Amino acid sequence: MDFEPDSEQQMLIDQVRRYVREEIIPLEAKLDPDASELDPADHARLVEKTKAMGLFGIDIPKEFGGPDIDIVTRVLLAIEMAQHRAGLYVPCYGTFGGAGLAQIFEANEDQKQRYLYPTLRGEKKPFFGLTEPSGGSDPARAIQTRAERKDNGWVLNGAKIFISGADRAQYGIVFARTDASKGRAGITCFLVDAETPGFHVRRVVHTLRSSSYATELEFKDCWVSDHQVLGEINKGFAVANDRLTRQRIPYAAGCIGVAIAAHEMAIEWAKMRSTFGEKLANRQAVQWMLVDNEIDIRSARHFTLEAAEKARRGLPFRTEAAIAKLIASEGGGRVVDRSMQIHGGMGMTKDLPLERWYREMRIRRVGEGPSEVQRMVIAREILGSNLR
Amino acid sequence: MPIRLRLDKPWRPLSADEAARLPGQLGVYQVADATGAIVYIGQAGGRSPFGLRSELQREFKERGPGHQFRVEVNMQYRTRWFELLMVHQADHGSLPSDNAKNPPPSLGRLSPA
Repeated sequence: MDFEPDSEQQMLIDQVRRYVREEIIPLEAKLDPDASELDPADHARLVEKTKAMGLFGIDIPKEFGGPDIDIVTRVLLAIEMAQHRAGLYVPCYGTFGGAGLAQIFEANEDQKQRYLYPTLRGEKKPFFGLTEPSGGSDPARAIQTRAERKDNGWVLNGAKIFISGADRAQYGIVFARTDASKGRAGITCFLVDAETPGFHVRRVVHTLRSSSYATELEFKDCWVSDHQVLGEINKGFAVANDRLTRQRIPYAAGCIGVAIAAHEMAIEWAKMRSTFGEKLANRQAVQWMLVDNEIDIRSARHFTLEAAEKARRGLPFRTEAAIAKLIASEGGGRVVDRSMQIHGGMGMTKDLPLERWYREMRIRRVGEGPSEVQRMVIAREILGSNLR
Repeated sequence: MPIRLRLDKPWRPLSADEAARLPGQLGVYQVADATGAIVYIGQAGGRSPFGLRSELQREFKERGPGHQFRVEVNMQYRTRWFELLMVHQADHGSLPSDNAKNPPPSLGRLSPA
């Protein structure tokens, strides 16, 4: 497969690259090094710019008003959008808009009216409530939040943890066990309004990612009607699984973007900095670190675009997405680490973005399925019916 | 050991001497009036020249005597700051008066157990 951008893709890449360098990075330089939000006036101004570029709502499907950009191009642009200090988790501070949560594109018409369209208009924010204190890597078995039948609806009881944005959301997609005897075939997905009695955001969970926090939720006799069931009863696991698979491709792209930015900084520094009368760039130890960076970045880029290309062609891409996520998150971490090493003491400071990328990149080896789970997914493919 | 949800260290008088003795580290702080009512929750972030020390020195310069303060050294100053604001809002129904004048753009809501 040829993954070189065509002329139209290259034009979009150049446009986004310019936007990051001319609009985002100068504003970012004035913010706290751990900031994850722009001033609202700056945000509104930049949203108008991305709309004028025809790239706002880039991940929204065409039938819902998105700009109809294929997933391969979206990956190429996501790599560009991540190339600034906050870019790994808040690419361009959200000025390209978001698609909300992909699951609600599968909602029924009534639910689309109440949740999808307001989300696309920016009037409502969702959260994704899957992980529980009992575990996140194996949701089929770990989900202990129960939903029991009552009064033409369901009563939810249980807890969720590591949930981003729940304290600011108007609603969430929440997974609960509706049949304790059926494992993954006993999980149902619910739309839960944040104002529902019995829904509580109990605490902030502080992590390495000190720019933003996760939350812990409690559901205590939280009643929702049948109209809040997303999809079919006991088929929620497929909804969760689909999201996790799809999410791995842009997740990988973000890691590549940050790795490229760190690598470019390291190259520039190595050419400029002298020690013991010699530029760092002339020292083999540094050259080899830069070579290893290059190899990690090219590998991650290749496998991420391969996964995206399969998805674009409508082919199964679960294994390819797992490979991409694994290689990009692990390789990206190594690139940032080497780039810090090349920078020496300066690399450890908040003067440069490297220390933030280092902390945030570490999370990427666990978020959206840890490396070990990706390896399990790949192992199933090569040891299963497609054994080669 | 988890971080305590609320800052419950004893108050210290806000003065030039007290502020000068503070560490130059990152963290969060609260300023209260003479009655102990919290009027401001602040953070010493990555751009503070001398962390908590310079932030509290600035607070004293701007507010003058008659106030109290307490600090918490915390590398996660930003998320901890959001947390303290949300907890204050949950406990008192509103932000501290000086934060309310310029609230963060999208503060969430907590209902601590």
